[in-house]
Amino acid sequence: MAIEAREPPSQFVAKLRRALGGRAGWSGFALQILFVAFLLWIGYEVVANARANLAAQRVASGFGFLNNTAGFGVSQTLIPYSESDTYTRVFLVGLANTLLVAVVGIFFATILGFLVGLGRLSPNWLLAKIAGGYVELIRNLPLLFQILFWYLAVLGSLPNPRQSVSVLDAVFLSNRGLVIPKPIPHDGLAAFALAIVIAIIAAFALRSYARKALFDSGRVVRVWPWALGLIIGLPVIAMVIFGKPVTFEMPELKGFNFAGGSRVVPEFVALTLALSTYTAAFIAEIVRAGIQSVHKGQMEAGASLGLTRGSTLRLIVVPQALRVILPPLTNQYLNLTKNSSLAVAIGYPDLFSVFAGTTLSQTGQAIEIIAITMGVYLLISLITSAIMSFYGWRIGRSMGA
Amino acid sequence: MKHTTLALTVALATGLAATAASAQTLKTVKDRGMLSCGVSQGLPGFSSPDDKGAWAGLDVDVCRAIAAAVFNDPSKVKFVPLSAKDRFTALQSGEIDVLSRNTTWTLSRDTSLGVNFTGVTYYDGQGFLVRKSLKVNSALELNSASICVQTGTTNEQNVADYFKGNNMKYEVIAFGTADETVKAYESGRCDVFTSDVSQLYAERLKVANPADHAVLPEVISKEPLGPLVRHGDDQWLDVVKWTLFALVNAEELGITQKNVDEMAKSDKPELKRVFGTDGNLGETLGLTKDWVSRIVKATGNYGEVFDRNVGPGSKLGIARGLNQLWNKGGIQYAPPIR
Repeated sequence: MAIEAREPPSQFVAKLRRALGGRAGWSGFALQILFVAFLLWIGYEVVANARANLAAQRVASGFGFLNNTAGFGVSQTLIPYSESDTYTRVFLVGLANTLLVAVVGIFFATILGFLVGLGRLSPNWLLAKIAGGYVELIRNLPLLFQILFWYLAVLGSLPNPRQSVSVLDAVFLSNRGLVIPKPIPHDGLAAFALAIVIAIIAAFALRSYARKALFDSGRVVRVWPWALGLIIGLPVIAMVIFGKPVTFEMPELKGFNFAGGSRVVPEFVALTLALSTYTAAFIAEIVRAGIQSVHKGQMEAGASLGLTRGSTLRLIVVPQALRVILPPLTNQYLNLTKNSSLAVAIGYPDLFSVFAGTTLSQTGQAIEIIAITMGVYLLISLITSAIMSFYGWRIGRSMGA
Repeated sequence: MKHTTLALTVALATGLAATAASAQTLKTVKDRGMLSCGVSQGLPGFSSPDDKGAWAGLDVDVCRAIAAAVFNDPSKVKFVPLSAKDRFTALQSGEIDVLSRNTTWTLSRDTSLGVNFTGVTYYDGQGFLVRKSLKVNSALELNSASICVQTGTTNEQNVADYFKGNNMKYEVIAFGTADETVKAYESGRCDVFTSDVSQLYAERLKVANPADHAVLPEVISKEPLGPLVRHGDDQWLDVVKWTLFALVNAEELGITQKNVDEMAKSDKPELKRVFGTDGNLGETLGLTKDWVSRIVKATGNYGEVFDRNVGPGSKLGIARGLNQLWNKGGIQYAPPIR
């Protein structure tokens, strides 16, 4: 009698079982389903009860309010906005302001953080101590206090518009913010912009040619004078042929404030300064830790190849350190974005201030508005995380890790 | 402040689910032995802690009058300081029993927030505070001005309406609390601080040189301020409403903190009804027969409350104006106790 091999269990079922049930097998899976069902039931009860009771007390609910007219002014709007627009528009205005602070803040925090972090490791005693002092001072003071410090103590002590500090009667600095001439587009703008784009592309092409020359024949080709010439020269030629790309509208003092020109409001400056200096202190520590995690033999190897300290850092140490730096750096970016909601203390019209603040108190629909706001912050954070993960994956791949 | 909003919203979402449907506020308050009253975070004359840390002001006295009517003890009040934007959520979620926080009565608040206004304790209007050095004499000269305002108030919309209606440009900077708003105005960030006129006088006391600042003559809106309760509990609404009416009626009848015991012995039919020596009007409210004398003993009548907190007897020194009794040229008027 032939012994028949037992039918092996289907691969698919085994995989599914492992994925869903883990070690406990199907009974564990059933428990998980029960637990999820229980959570869903609780969620449903909370929503249904809240709805019923809101209706019983005749508190307005639902999302219809988003189409109502807002009827209040906002001091900084990146997209066109007037008092007769809807609450949806207010939401978008607030969101744009939040994103602006987050992006500009992250940009400056990263640069400052890397400089301070490298400064702490510098062999120069004074530089290292100054960088260390900066980190210890800034990260040990509450952020809200720092925002108020920049806003009230630093920017608040600037002169009023009538006595503002001016440069060539074109740029004015006062306690109402920084006023600069406003560019008005003209016919030559398209050609001008196109010239810049072409120049940048050409500069990149030159760079890759220089690299190829370096790797293939060991020749060092100096490209930066050519690139500079292209980037300045092409637009100038375009300007001569097609006319002025922009003219400037000069600000002038009229009544209480400046009329004409563009203005950077002090709330934005104070918030960005506070957020980026504060976050930079944390980034500096992350950068220092990341670099110290790279074995010092790498530094010595670079030196023995005849590279300067700067080149060794840039070409050898930092790329390896980045793998360690990126995850905590992402955390800091997320913190900065979330901390921007402290803007309400100094009247910067961010999402939290105009939507979860003014709109909430005017419509009274706390549950809907807080839910939307939380959802948006979550979404911004998840997108930031995804971008940073992608970057980390690319670095890992390029280093063969 | 951020966290307050969030906490209150969570309380609202979950709390509404459980408790709010049983709307027996008077019983809840009696069982707790304490009235929970929402007030401002510090507005001199209306609700602010005095130098000994005890809350004082017109809005505070309203809370004390309610506590006196319920417990015969004006000290049985827990004061909950709230920012303008957190105040309604606190009331909706049941965190407080009554909101007495210089709040303007408007149609949209009355209908869509799930609250009921109980009456008007102060007839106010919105005005502008400016530096005298600007040499501005009228609000119509404020074209292109920067304006500081507290967020979550009717003031924010009024100022938009006013400037649009008069074809003037403006820049509005909205802050979370009154203190932050005043500080920004003081630092020169704004040319103008706008709020209810009573509040302008109160906040002017906080700036470095009050004499350098002036309130412009224009009053651009109607701001009737009064306490609020939650929808759906008519008995509690009556208690708060009639406490206010009792204060005004007491002034009209000449009952004061000093003479209340003497007046209670009067034979006048009207006074007998008020003091409960004839009939049981107080008990129909769910209170006691002597509810009016309890209230007046605790806080005095409306006129006394006004004088002590915002009127000539206080630092603010605001004239009675519209808040005078109806038979003396104002519009304060209460239905009769009978």
